Parts: sequence; structure tokens; C-alpha cells
Amino acid sequence: MADADTFIDVDRLEKVFDVRRKTGFLRRERREVRAVDSISFTVARGEMVGYIGPNGAGKSTTIKMLTGILTPSGGRLRVAGIDPSRERTRLAHRIGVVFGQRTTLWWDLPLIDSYQLMHRMYRIPPARYRENLDRCVELLELAELLEVPVRQLSLGQRMRGDIAAALLHDPEVLYLDEPTIGLDVISKAKVRGFLRELNEERGTTVLLTTHDLQDIEQLCSRVMVIDHGRLMYDGALTGLHEIGESERTLVVDLERELPPIEAGPARVVRVEGPRQWLAFPAAESAAALVARIAAEYPLVDLSVREPDIEAVIARMYAGAAGATAAEQAPQAPGQASAPAGKAVS
Amino acid sequence: MAELTGTDDIGGAGLSGTDTRGAGASRAWDGVRAYFLIAGMWIRSTMAYRASFALMTFTNFAATALDFVAILLMFSRVHTLGGWSLQQVAFLYGVSSTTFGLADMVIGSMERLGRRVRDGTLDTLLVRPVPVLAQMAADQFALRRLGRTSQGALVLTYAVLHLDIAWTPAKVLLMPVMLLSGCAIFCAVFIAGAAFQFAAQDAAEVQNAFTYGGTTLLQYPPTVFATELLRGVTFVLPLAFVNWVPASYVLGLPYPLGLPEWAAFTPPLVAAASVALAGLAWRAGLRSYRSTGS
Repeated sequence: MADADTFIDVDRLEKVFDVRRKTGFLRRERREVRAVDSISFTVARGEMVGYIGPNGAGKSTTIKMLTGILTPSGGRLRVAGIDPSRERTRLAHRIGVVFGQRTTLWWDLPLIDSYQLMHRMYRIPPARYRENLDRCVELLELAELLEVPVRQLSLGQRMRGDIAAALLHDPEVLYLDEPTIGLDVISKAKVRGFLRELNEERGTTVLLTTHDLQDIEQLCSRVMVIDHGRLMYDGALTGLHEIGESERTLVVDLERELPPIEAGPARVVRVEGPRQWLAFPAAESAAALVARIAAEYPLVDLSVREPDIEAVIARMYAGAAGATAAEQAPQAPGQASAPAGKAVS
Repeated sequence: MAELTGTDDIGGAGLSGTDTRGAGASRAWDGVRAYFLIAGMWIRSTMAYRASFALMTFTNFAATALDFVAILLMFSRVHTLGGWSLQQVAFLYGVSSTTFGLADMVIGSMERLGRRVRDGTLDTLLVRPVPVLAQMAADQFALRRLGRTSQGALVLTYAVLHLDIAWTPAKVLLMPVMLLSGCAIFCAVFIAGAAFQFAAQDAAEVQNAFTYGGTTLLQYPPTVFATELLRGVTFVLPLAFVNWVPASYVLGLPYPLGLPEWAAFTPPLVAAASVALAGLAWRAGLRSYRSTGS
């Protein structure tokens, strides 16, 4: 069914939680929550895939099943030919995991201690360990931090430390759950640059969940969107923008109050004194637009705001509902139109 | 593509993480190795601050010694407690503190399981290639807990030197057996307590009642407690086999609950059964965590 290059093979994967809610004194109500509802996809070796969706969409649950933390309720799942939940520890040697919100490092110990422990716990050959550590230390700029206890690291530093820890044993796939959450611009850029290089040079397969569409834009050729446990979209980011008709916003500060700017596909959505907000299709280049405005208007400052993922998904819903009208079941709105990406059931 | 051995589950509910039957031994070895790796790292890191370590160990020693001071104060008023002399009670106290102190040092950090489930950090242990139990047990390994053990050992030595015990080979042999089995029984209580925390994540206090509470209980003669309680800690939670039963044999005192004389030699069996049951409970707990995510 899957070709030889398939590294992750997910077939009608399901995870159902029993949620108990207190409805009164001692009385509880049980409810089934389908956190992951029959998702299928494959990821080829060396791919870099973004996995996005609103909070509670099922992203983390999927990652937890892929890493063997959670046992699926149904469906079939193979990573490198291994069933993660049944052979969790064997799989652990071949995967790296970074949780944005919690560290896998030993909180009270210096960073280097965690690395040495990983070295021995994963039985990494000494030469290999040295090489990988040196490389990570250099590229992630960790040299100054090695002797610092993890709890004293800033969020960005800790994230870099965590990424290094996940890579010392040469994993074939790296899962990152919100790797840039809460990071400043510089840290984000460092992390993204490193991941891109890792993927290009080592051919490491990367699957990352994120809230930040820029992560996807700069890193991933492919994006999967999940909502309410269902895969809504699987394809290129541009295709997602087309379906979602998403728009970026260019905020322009002019020298003085002027009538609304007229510039091609962009339209002014708001004016406040000398400041104007222009919406333009997310798939369009901002550079061309900026150049045009700069040539014709007295520009003081500007910034570009990316559409947030929730907005894109909300529009996807709206678009799909409009296109398919009544014949689609309400819980599967993403099925209808996916011009650039694969339509997903 | 070659690796398709795991596809046919046996009923889909196979024991968590096990590969094949032959891998059981190697998994156990992996666990022990990981335990020593992690514990070793914590020891090295505490040894970086030797003065602080010495102070902490002494504090631990002194704080736990207060328990014995309480017993001494009691004996300044009475000559016997439930028919046991000060030295005999000191013997109980010594065995209880030594074994519990060791278990607490080796595996006491298991009590943090509930917290790790709540804050989600248990997941980080599940993505590593070694058993979660070993990682939990070795986490924040604190050698300073030797303070309690050494204090207990001192009291035990005092008791043995001052008691007029009619030593026989069986009694001599029973001493190390009693200490090792007692330690194992306490370890089982820690593991079972942690397993229970999978179901009730705020139950660290309940666990403390059985661990710290258990060792305090065992510092006093069984004769001062109600029969129902004795039955509970003999047949349900077998703490009586840590010291009460074997100590009664060594000291030539009547057994609690009128147990037969051979009961004094059952602690190793009781310990093995307790550890096995606790291990099963742990497995069930971890499996339920992995299917419910909480």
C-alpha cells in the first residue's frame, strides 16, 4: 500500500477519550470525545511537514500516538515499520521528540549533564556523540550554556537545548510540538534555520505542530490541517491560503493623513490618522506591494501581519460550507474543495 | 518494511511496551542500568557541593532521630510499652528506620508520579528508550536520605548490643534477610502507591500515610495496636513482615495475632509477592495512562 519511501504510515487512526464531568455532588457524566477521528496520511523519509490546527484539535494527541506515548483506540499506525505503542522503547532509539511546553532535560542539572546522560542512555557511540554534540553546540549556539542548570535558561535557550538533546542519537524523525511557542523573533529565526539545515543536510524527517503560520511558511513544503480530530487539508501552504482565501495585513504609517492608498490587489480596510491597514491575499508577495507603495506614497514605517491559523481555518469552514451547500454532513466541512492540496476525507 | 512482527496483537491489549518474551530480561537489565546512570548523575551533581551535602545529610539524620527521642521520652515514664522493653522497641525502631530509609532513598521519588501526570512531564519519560519505572525511581536521587538509614542502623546496633539475645544460626541469618525483605516490602509500597496515583493524581498524601505512616507504626510494638489494625498490616498491606514478625522470633517474644513460628521466615516470600503485585499494579497504571492520557 505504501511505497518504500514511506516513513510514517497512518491509516484511519483514532483516539477516543472518555471524559468524566462532574454534574453534581458525586454524580458524573461520561462523554466520549473523539480527539483524533479516523485520520490517514503518510509521510515520506526526508519530508518536512507542518501539522496545524486550533487548540484542542488533536495535534498533540496525534504526536503522542506517533511517539508511542498514547495507545490508539483504532486504526493502524507504523513509524519506520514499528508499531509505536507496542514497541515504544525500540522506537525511541529512532525518534527525537521536542515538547515546546515541557522540557525533556533534567531541570536542576547543567545542560551538559543531560547530554551525557542521553549519551549513555541511548548508547550512542562516543565518536558519534561528540560529533553530534559539537555540531548542535555550534549551530544552536549552546557553548556558553552547557554548564548552566536548565532551570536558569531562558525559554529560547531551553528550546535550543531541548532540540540538541533530541538529536544526539541521530533520530530518523524529529517531532516538534510547538517548538517556537513563546520565543522571541531571534530565537525563532535560530530554531527555524537549524531545522531547515537539519532537514536538508541530514535528511531528517520533521513533523512539527505549530500555531505560527510563519513556521510553516519558512520550513514546510507540506501542511496538514486538523480540526475536531479530522484532517481538513493536506497539501502545500499556498493551496491552504487559496482555500482559506486568507489575507495578510500590511500596516503602513504615512507622513501625514492621506486618502486611502490604492495599490493593486490590496484594499484599505481601516484608516486611523496617518496609519492605514491594507489587506492583501496571503499568497501574494509583500515585497512587490511595499515597493509600489513606497514609490508612490511618503512612507514612514510599515509592518506585515500574518493571518492567524484560526482565521484561516475559520475561512476554510466558511468556504467549504458555501461550496458544498447542504449535501455535506456538518462534521466534515473540509471535504469539498481543495484545489491545490489533496482533498481529505 | 521487514519489521511486521508486532502486527498481530494478542487481543490488542498486550502488556505495555514489551517486545517479545525473551526481551523481558534485557528490559529489566536496561532498567537497572538506566537507574544507576540517572542516580549516578544526581550523586555527582550533589557532590559538587560537598558542604551542602554534608549539612543536608546531617539534617536528615537529626530530623529522623527526633522520632527516637520521642520513644526515649516515653520510656522515661514507663518501663515497658505493650510488654516490650526500651531495647526491644529500639530493635523494632532500628529495623523499621533502616529498611524504610533505604527504600525511601532507592525509590522514594516515585511519590512524585501524580505531579508528573498532572503537569504532563511523564510524557517526556515515555519517549526515552528505558523503562519509565527506572526513570521515576532514580529521579532526583538523594544520597542525603542515608541520614535516616544510618540513624536507624545506629539505633539497631545499640539494641543488638544491649539485648541479651540467645543467638542461633537461624537468628543470625534472619537479620540480613529481615533487613533486605523489609526494604523490598517498603519498595513495593512505594511502587503500588505510585501506581495508585495514576488513578488519583492527588493521592501523594494517601501514599505518605502508608509509607511514612507505615514506618512510624512499625517503630512501636504490635501489642499497643488494635487487632483490626494488626490484621490490616499483616494480611492486606504486609508491613508486619518488615519487623514485627521476624523481630518477635529473634527476641523470643509472642507473635502478633498468634501467627505460627515459621511465619518469621516468610518475609522474603512476602516481599517477593508484594513486589510482583506492585509491579503488576504499576503496569496496569501505566497502561491506563497510555490509553487515557491522564
